[in-house]
Amino acid sequence: MRRWMLLMMLIGLVLTACAPHRAAPATPTAPSPTVLRVMTHDSFSVSEEVIARFEREHNVKVQFLQAGDAGTMLSQAILSRDNPQADVLFGVDNTFLGRALEADLFIPYHPAALDRIPAELQLDPEDRVVPVDYGDVCLNYDKRYFAEHDLPLPEDLADLTRPIYRGLLVVENPATSSPGLAFLIATVGRFGEEGYLAFWEQLAANDVRVVDGWETAYYGEFSGGAYSEGERPLVVSYATSPAAEVYFSEGALDEPPTGAIVAPQTCFRQIEFAGILRGTKEEALARAFIDFLLDEPFQRDIPLQMWVYPAREGTPLPQLFIDFALQAEEPITVPAEQIDARRETWIRDWTEAVLH
Amino acid sequence: MKRGASSGWRGLPPLLFALPLLFLLLFYLYPLAAIIGLSFELGGGAGRLFSPAIWRVIRFTFAQALLSTLLTLLAGLPGAFIVARYDFPGKSLFLALTTLPFVLPTVVVAAAFSTLLARFDLRYTLTAILLAHLFYNEALVIRMVGSFWRTLDPRLEEAARLLGASPWRAFREVTLPLLMPAIESAALLVFIFCFTSFGVILILGGPRFATLEVEIYRQAIAFADFPSAALLSLLQIGFTLAATLLYTRLEARHARPLRLRRRERERKRPTGAVRWAVYGYLLATLGYLVMPPATLVARSFGEGLGFYRALFYNPRRSIFYVPPIEAMRNSLLFAAATMGTALVLGLLTALLLHRRRGGEWLDALFMLPLGTSAVTLGFGYLVAWGKPCCDLRGTALLIIAAHTLVALPLVVRAILPALRAIRPALREAAALLGATPLRRFLSIDLPLTWRALAVGALFAFTVSMGEFGATSLLARPERPTLPIAIYRFLAKPGASNYGQAMAMSTLLMGLSLLAFLLIERLHPPEGWLA
Repeated sequence: MRRWMLLMMLIGLVLTACAPHRAAPATPTAPSPTVLRVMTHDSFSVSEEVIARFEREHNVKVQFLQAGDAGTMLSQAILSRDNPQADVLFGVDNTFLGRALEADLFIPYHPAALDRIPAELQLDPEDRVVPVDYGDVCLNYDKRYFAEHDLPLPEDLADLTRPIYRGLLVVENPATSSPGLAFLIATVGRFGEEGYLAFWEQLAANDVRVVDGWETAYYGEFSGGAYSEGERPLVVSYATSPAAEVYFSEGALDEPPTGAIVAPQTCFRQIEFAGILRGTKEEALARAFIDFLLDEPFQRDIPLQMWVYPAREGTPLPQLFIDFALQAEEPITVPAEQIDARRETWIRDWTEAVLH
Repeated sequence: MKRGASSGWRGLPPLLFALPLLFLLLFYLYPLAAIIGLSFELGGGAGRLFSPAIWRVIRFTFAQALLSTLLTLLAGLPGAFIVARYDFPGKSLFLALTTLPFVLPTVVVAAAFSTLLARFDLRYTLTAILLAHLFYNEALVIRMVGSFWRTLDPRLEEAARLLGASPWRAFREVTLPLLMPAIESAALLVFIFCFTSFGVILILGGPRFATLEVEIYRQAIAFADFPSAALLSLLQIGFTLAATLLYTRLEARHARPLRLRRRERERKRPTGAVRWAVYGYLLATLGYLVMPPATLVARSFGEGLGFYRALFYNPRRSIFYVPPIEAMRNSLLFAAATMGTALVLGLLTALLLHRRRGGEWLDALFMLPLGTSAVTLGFGYLVAWGKPCCDLRGTALLIIAAHTLVALPLVVRAILPALRAIRPALREAAALLGATPLRRFLSIDLPLTWRALAVGALFAFTVSMGEFGATSLLARPERPTLPIAIYRFLAKPGASNYGQAMAMSTLLMGLSLLAFLLIERLHPPEGWLA
């Protein structure tokens, strides 16, 4: 008897599992709101009340689609170009921008708020995408290790090849990681196309460790974070990671156990863009959403949700950012066209030089 | 080979057997064709592919998969023997614990594993990859071979002993040949899993190692070189097909009808010198398989219950916050649905394969999804099922279909050896006595394959609980599963995120463990067996 009941329970479970998507279209709210679909990457986040406000003002339901990391999201958008999954795409950055533009994914739109955004963040003169936020990929260090060993901090990427930093650095593979790619581009910007491979060969000789992605690097290899398990005191991460360490310690830390190195010419600035996907049937709403992304409420919400900086000038920052987050003093810049033309070649050459 | 000569289910409606084929057509062949067609249409990039580097990748993919399979068989077979022959305290818990690795996302396992590997200075080596593959797949061998072994008639071996054969000789010449179909089934699955390994290679092997699967991901994501990714996917599928055909040849030579026993023979506690060997093996296996998950559990309690409590709050009021109960519910629902569909389709498939002469190609066809790159298939679903007429993107249906596609081969492989071992005479006798096909199925095939079905169900459930790759492409953010929730926490720095990821992993393991024990207890009601 009991076995029968178990079986029936399982069958019941199966049935309920099939039910939700059939029942879903019946949305209870009164004059059934339009749905605006927004495709983002996994690191996107926003506060409930900020989105709720947009939904109220435009009588719309915003449906987010988290489509993997930034690279996966872009490949997905390109492959479903003919039947786009969304009306707006958020989160393509300047390391992948050219690929997105080349695939002709976006309809141009020039929001009024672009006046409030620094010119150096605006990379597409045709306005197919607008910059929403930016963050710096920088070296992070374990404060305790550097203090205990009385080591000076590296002040230039070239310092990393010095024997005193031997075996201390962990980086991400540019073929599988977004900060990894940003750091590779940074080295191209710093040493030039002629010099960057030589730098990497020296780095390899200095026992740099390469891992697949940020999670492995930060939690598995780096020694600085509160829950990091590794032994290497230098890692490629973000300039805001120390602030996140304090925030996510839930009051246990008054001060970050890590620091970010923001010396001139050591960081790469990732700029994230949003655009209206070609093929949308909700273009007016999509425009309103782009306006909303650049409007102050969303811009103010960015730091603590995504740990990057708002693109809009004069947006007030949370105290935590003022206290602990840093910005690159003079980030390395590489022209977007050059990144786009050479990205694959750099990754291939890098792979040959460093991994084989 | 007498298989198929006497199908007991000729009377079942043939349309029923079309179901698995239809499923395969809609959710495998069509998406695959769609993505590959589109990839070549998009063009660009191809041609640079067949460099020496790619041969290196192919060689390595084969080598590591072969080595991993051998190692897993060597380590798992004694376990299968022990499980089949002996009773020991906590046996079902032991079995459930050994299956846990299957549900754990690689990122989480890697975190626990690398501490262990670092102690022996094995990180980022081939050994690390092999050990991780052993960790993930040993349960497959123990369970699949063990469940088959249990139903073998011990009198065959006993007769050999009576006739003067040494225990080793009786095993080698009687039991082993009879076991071959189950061993080959398990070996094929392990081989294909390792052949298409992704997370283990990336994270534990490090960037110096690459399998075809890793290369496909690199081409599709890092380079957006879709034609190359499509070519490599086809190549990977081709290799899977070859491996499966080789297997069907071997299997056809070894499978034979046997006198299977539903009532299992009395199993005894190990005694004497054997006892030390048995308990030694059990402890070693348990230690090896349970240590990494145990590390995770320990870490999740790093601040007492703090991380668990934190799971229930959403201090940043993020719209992507998932209450843990909801993630558990989603995971359970998907897993139960997958188990249900995979069991029904799997049983039909196994019957279909069993009764058809020359079913090797069909058999291979059903194995192909396992050897197909998850990225390719995930993208395929989005392209094929995104047309305006029939847009299924974001529905639970696609997720269940994707999970079922992976679970189906496991269910088929678990059932088929048992089904083929049933003596046709049993069904013939029943038919002579006037039993309807359905009745014959219910009173002969179902009871005799029940244990195999239960193993298949278990793996179908497990595969779904742990699946991440395809789910992350197909799931709506507001309906995430446990593995997806775990990844969300791990993607941010800070103690509480890491701790919550560990707490979420612990919940995933606890829930799976409960489900395993529950599935283990399911038996056919006595009424079916008249």
